[in-house]
Amino acid sequence: MLETIWFILWGVLWAVYFMLDGFDLGLGTLLPVLSKNESERRIIYNSMGPFWDGNEVWLITAGGATFAAFPTAYAVMFNGLYSALLLLLFALIIRGVCFEFRNKVDSPGWRSVWDAAMVIGSFLPALLLGVAFANIFEGLPIDQNGVFQGGLLTLLNPYGLAGGVLFVLLFLVHGSLWLAVKSEGALQDRAGAMAKKLWPVLLVVAVLFLGFTLVATDLFHNYFKTPVLWLIPLIAVLALIGTFVFIRQAAWGKAWISSALTIVFVTFFGVAGLFPRLLPSSLNSDYSVTIQNGAASQLTLKIMLVVALVMVPVVIAYQTWVYLFLGGKVTEKDLAYEEAY
Amino acid sequence: MDVLMLSRLQFAVATMFHFLFVPLTLGLSILTAIYETMYVKTGDEDYRRAAKFWGKLFLINFALGVVTGITLEFQFGTNWSRYSKYVGDIFGSLLAIEATLAFYLESTFIGVWLFTWNKVKPKTHALFIWLVAIASNISALWILIANGWMQNPVGYTLRNGRAELADFWAVITNPFAVLEFLHTVSGAYILAGFFVMGVCAYHLLRKNEVQFFKKSFNVAVTFALIFALFEAFNGHLHGAEVAKTQPAKLAAMESHWETASNVPMYLLQIPDPANERNSVQAIPIPGMLSILAHHDSSATVKGLKDFPISERPPVMTTFWSFRLMVGLGFLFILIAGLGWLKRREIENQSGLLKLFIYAIPLPYLASELGWAVAEVGRQPWIVYGLMKTADAVSILDVSQVATSLAAFVVFYSMLGIIDFYLLAKYARKGPVH
Repeated sequence: MLETIWFILWGVLWAVYFMLDGFDLGLGTLLPVLSKNESERRIIYNSMGPFWDGNEVWLITAGGATFAAFPTAYAVMFNGLYSALLLLLFALIIRGVCFEFRNKVDSPGWRSVWDAAMVIGSFLPALLLGVAFANIFEGLPIDQNGVFQGGLLTLLNPYGLAGGVLFVLLFLVHGSLWLAVKSEGALQDRAGAMAKKLWPVLLVVAVLFLGFTLVATDLFHNYFKTPVLWLIPLIAVLALIGTFVFIRQAAWGKAWISSALTIVFVTFFGVAGLFPRLLPSSLNSDYSVTIQNGAASQLTLKIMLVVALVMVPVVIAYQTWVYLFLGGKVTEKDLAYEEAY
Repeated sequence: MDVLMLSRLQFAVATMFHFLFVPLTLGLSILTAIYETMYVKTGDEDYRRAAKFWGKLFLINFALGVVTGITLEFQFGTNWSRYSKYVGDIFGSLLAIEATLAFYLESTFIGVWLFTWNKVKPKTHALFIWLVAIASNISALWILIANGWMQNPVGYTLRNGRAELADFWAVITNPFAVLEFLHTVSGAYILAGFFVMGVCAYHLLRKNEVQFFKKSFNVAVTFALIFALFEAFNGHLHGAEVAKTQPAKLAAMESHWETASNVPMYLLQIPDPANERNSVQAIPIPGMLSILAHHDSSATVKGLKDFPISERPPVMTTFWSFRLMVGLGFLFILIAGLGWLKRREIENQSGLLKLFIYAIPLPYLASELGWAVAEVGRQPWIVYGLMKTADAVSILDVSQVATSLAAFVVFYSMLGIIDFYLLAKYARKGPVH
């Protein structure tokens, strides 16, 4: 029972992480495309400024929760995906320092170096997280000792890459919409137009991915067994359509929320299909890491559940407050603020 | 080199680099909060500028502290997966609690603090930096409870082929962890105090913004002195706890070879591990090691020879790191004490001011040495008495770890140079009018 609750929480933590960091990873990737001059670039940085760090903690927590609640899954996954995860780590590091470093030396060359770092540091995590999760959906070559029989290239199979492309597109739309919410004038128009242009591509990739999932994975098994689960992909599809409806109405806030829901329910779709497995083995289903053979002790799960039930709502409360309090538009005037990025 | 050695090196690089930034984060967040509180209390504009100036340096430093911390969480899984599997039930939960309890708070409110100087009342704004300061110190508490458990594992039971949590209360009240926390954060406060005093000294020597920097200096020197004194006291207690829980580490710290009672401490000592003796051993203080270790001059202190060779930590590293750290600790009391006595006319003490500039790197050195004692001195164990480091390492190819280690060295060197360059640049620039 506790294992099941933690499996759900595990899915929720990843979903919230993708929903939040998704927009700043997407927006970081689009930085050179959406901005035409220095002050527009600064508006983009400052639109993420007070939020990105708090967003990234959801990744740390998702990782930490995996470590605590499913130590075996943590060990197998991080050992097995060694190169991919270190690449992700380097990307996140370089991206994290961009915000602080970029504006500290007054030179266009210096800034363009960090702009490039921002693009790479945003694009790579989006891609790698998609590739990693798609690989988990289709099963990793894990042997009976939990050892990964493959390398970085094993992950770059067609389905894995499809997952990467899907994540990148989800985040690009999400990031464009965030900028449309946070900016005005020409920049806002450009951001909105970008979302509008990307949405049909996202739709096509999403449909292809869904079809591919039917062939390449057994995620649908749970759905045929428990039909009520179909609600999850249904909400994802409705949210994706809703995103487009709101984009057409130029209702950017609603479009962003719709896009956030899409990301959350796409994540849930995969996670619900995985249950009760955290890391399915493609070699032999007996080698899979599941909530039964991968979980922590009952006492740890219990204590962690108490901590999560008390603290996560508190975190959500103050982060929501921050989003509301600092959610206004970033304008040229805000760039004059001496602490602005 | 094999995967074990490369992974150990990589962890050493990642941890020591991370700890170039952590102590300043822990201490300077508090000092910045103190300055801003003084502004709220007195209305003195200099303190508002101080909060902004030191806050800016804090942020430059903070950026690298945060991102290099993620590396450590990753490493336990990537390079020490057998460790993660074996003790994740306890160790993993402590890291997860750290994230939910402290890391969110710190990372969320650092952004809020930065962006709301003009948006909220001064009192509220000061509250934000206090939240950051408190959260980063709570972070340190949970991380050190986790490390304390590796040093002195308590509250666990061996079941299902791993260490499982049996008594959560015992884990979080582990005396080793509590002392390690006090020792580490006090060291961090000393470091931050010396950092601020050094930067103040640089400007005071140039007669730049004398009033401003005197005010900053006075707070920092009191702060540093209090914690330098406290560090000697809690360091002693910490050492006694090591004697109780990790006798092999204590013997290596003191290069103490023969089990004996009423053991003296030698002020001058050079270990000779190959011959299991000390090549130089002079100026004894009778019974001192027995007193320090067990609060009793006749107490027996177990020597290295009574531990199997396979369970002895590397003596040279442990011994010299410890000696140098302790020496520096006393030096900090002396320098901070001098600064405190002369604080009213510090701007005229050019010799002392120069000393303060050169003293900036010393607490950094002391902090790194302290970790060398803690971690090298625990070898060959990853969890003392429970799991050997050699049994903890992941199953990887040498080429994978060699590549990542090389990448870490290159990448971290670049980032480190940039960060310290920016710190120096903005420290020299001084406060904004």
